[in-house]
Amino acid sequence: MKGLIKILVLAIMVSSVMSCNDSSAPNYQFMPNMYESPSYETYMAYDIFPEQQSAMLPVEGTIARGHTLFEYGSSTAEYDRAKAELVSPLDSTQVDFARGKELYDIYCSTCHGTKGDGQGNLVKREKIAGIPKYNDAARAINEGSIYHVIYYGKNAMGSHKNQLREEERWQVAAYVMKLKADL
Amino acid sequence: MLLLCEIFITEYCSICMKKSYQSIEGNLTNDMKQVINRKLTARSLLLGLIFLLTFSTSLFAQDGDPAKGKALFNTNCAACHSLDKKMTGPALRFVEQRLTNDEGLDRDWIAAWIRNSSAVVKSGDAYGNKIFNEYGGAAMTAMPQLSDQDISDILAYTAQEKAAPPANAGGATAQTAAQSEGGISNDLVLGALAILFVLLAIGLIMVNRTLRRFAKANNVEIPEDAQRKPLWKAFVQNQFLMLVVAIFFLLSSAYFAYGYFMQLGIDQGYQPVQPIHFSHKIHAGDNGIDCKYCHSSARVSKTSGIPSLNVCMNCHKSVYEYNGETTAEYSKEFYDAEIKKLYAAVGWDDDNQEYTGETQPVKWVRIHNLPDFAYFNHSQHVSVAGLECQTCHGPVEEMEIMYQYSPLTMGWCINCHRETNVKVKDNEYYTKIHEELSKKYGVDQLTAAQMGGLECGKCHY
Repeated sequence: MKGLIKILVLAIMVSSVMSCNDSSAPNYQFMPNMYESPSYETYMAYDIFPEQQSAMLPVEGTIARGHTLFEYGSSTAEYDRAKAELVSPLDSTQVDFARGKELYDIYCSTCHGTKGDGQGNLVKREKIAGIPKYNDAARAINEGSIYHVIYYGKNAMGSHKNQLREEERWQVAAYVMKLKADL
Repeated sequence: MLLLCEIFITEYCSICMKKSYQSIEGNLTNDMKQVINRKLTARSLLLGLIFLLTFSTSLFAQDGDPAKGKALFNTNCAACHSLDKKMTGPALRFVEQRLTNDEGLDRDWIAAWIRNSSAVVKSGDAYGNKIFNEYGGAAMTAMPQLSDQDISDILAYTAQEKAAPPANAGGATAQTAAQSEGGISNDLVLGALAILFVLLAIGLIMVNRTLRRFAKANNVEIPEDAQRKPLWKAFVQNQFLMLVVAIFFLLSSAYFAYGYFMQLGIDQGYQPVQPIHFSHKIHAGDNGIDCKYCHSSARVSKTSGIPSLNVCMNCHKSVYEYNGETTAEYSKEFYDAEIKKLYAAVGWDDDNQEYTGETQPVKWVRIHNLPDFAYFNHSQHVSVAGLECQTCHGPVEEMEIMYQYSPLTMGWCINCHRETNVKVKDNEYYTKIHEELSKKYGVDQLTAAQMGGLECGKCHY
């Protein structure tokens, strides 16, 4: 009888130790106050923010450092205006197709395809449909319109302005024009 | 031409019939009824033929090829239209039927609208203006390149009945049923074995008891165990053995205590439950979306970036349901509910295809967390060193639930810095210092450690 009790106690101890080893909870820390920053860290929850959300949009009417104001609205009329007048600030020496390709392959090729023929992986797998070719006659895209679409999105495509910086957007636009010419 | 054909056929047929009936007529001249009937059959046959011909020609003119239509639809229309769901534009299943029945608009109107909708709107067309205003005054892209045949094909595709969902669910349940059956049979075998053992034990006890009873009855003495020293007492009295055991226990407990203290603060394998079940396997693995599509700031900043929900919506505005492979645990319903959670957080009304403005921040649980006293910069490793994300984060593209792959200890950092050669190709920044340092160390390729990757102040300051 005593032996049985001993075995039971041992089993309870082992199982409690095993259950502490839970991968969904973080481990114990040694001297945790050296781990936590007294200053605010990116993406952490702090009470001074509404709903503790530190990832917030810039205050309305302000422009973050290194960013510039884009003087075109998101409407179709503004798209047409951008198509008509907006030109790339990059001259031929600044256009870097290698970098444009690198960025294009990350941000565009999943839908538009690496060649710009509208046959990206998501289209081939029938997750997203209706991606036009870049040389589609009805659309007749140019650098200004490409930049506008990257900035605001169009139809089912969303805005990609927060994934690409201004100069990077122009590099991608230049690369898209190259793809269009090659199609 | 067709008309000529018809006339020819009618003439020819009537002649034939006359001939064939003339031969019979000889026998039935006095029967007038028969004659009338004869004419009637010929007429009805004629009518039928004409009807058939005209009907088939009209079919030929209007019927399109749904297969071709699907391809055309996917390249030209699907950016804004879905068959069964309102998107940027209205849902298009049975569009022709609906327009004809409800609005009295024919195919010419549809063709005009497809080729240049803004012209239709400008002409003051009532329904055109209604639909234009209903969808926020966004003009449909003009498609002047589509021929009549193309439009017929597309309309034929939209006129198809909705295909029944594939019977995946049935297969899955059958499979689980088979599995559970296997479980039952296993349980049965195990149960039978257990019963057998119990019976054996009872049998042995009973045999033992009867033997003892026999011995008692026959006055046979069963020798009791002599007063032997118990084993444990002998063990305790042996001092050498006790010393060895004590040393063994001390060493092993020191080993386990060291092991426990060394893993404090290390979260390797940490796999928290996230507020929205995001499968890296589906996104990065199956669909092959680049890591940096969502974690875009890994290229340019210290943090890799948790994508804001608008990045999710870049695809999930169109992808509103899951159609990939499922398991019993992760069913289509499960994934669809997770997409609904995203819609709720970002405030997207999927039925009306618009944002409601009621948003709710998603409290993702942080997995990789370096202590405050260690500095780490993503852009330095991703953009400058050109490391793959998987080097540190492991096979993320296979993880249904994300977990911490690496220990993220200092020893782990240092080890990599010692072993990894610095990528100097096409990087002018390193050209000069690389030349000088490789001369100093007498090596061709510098490791990160030789470039100063082991200096304390590089990460701790």
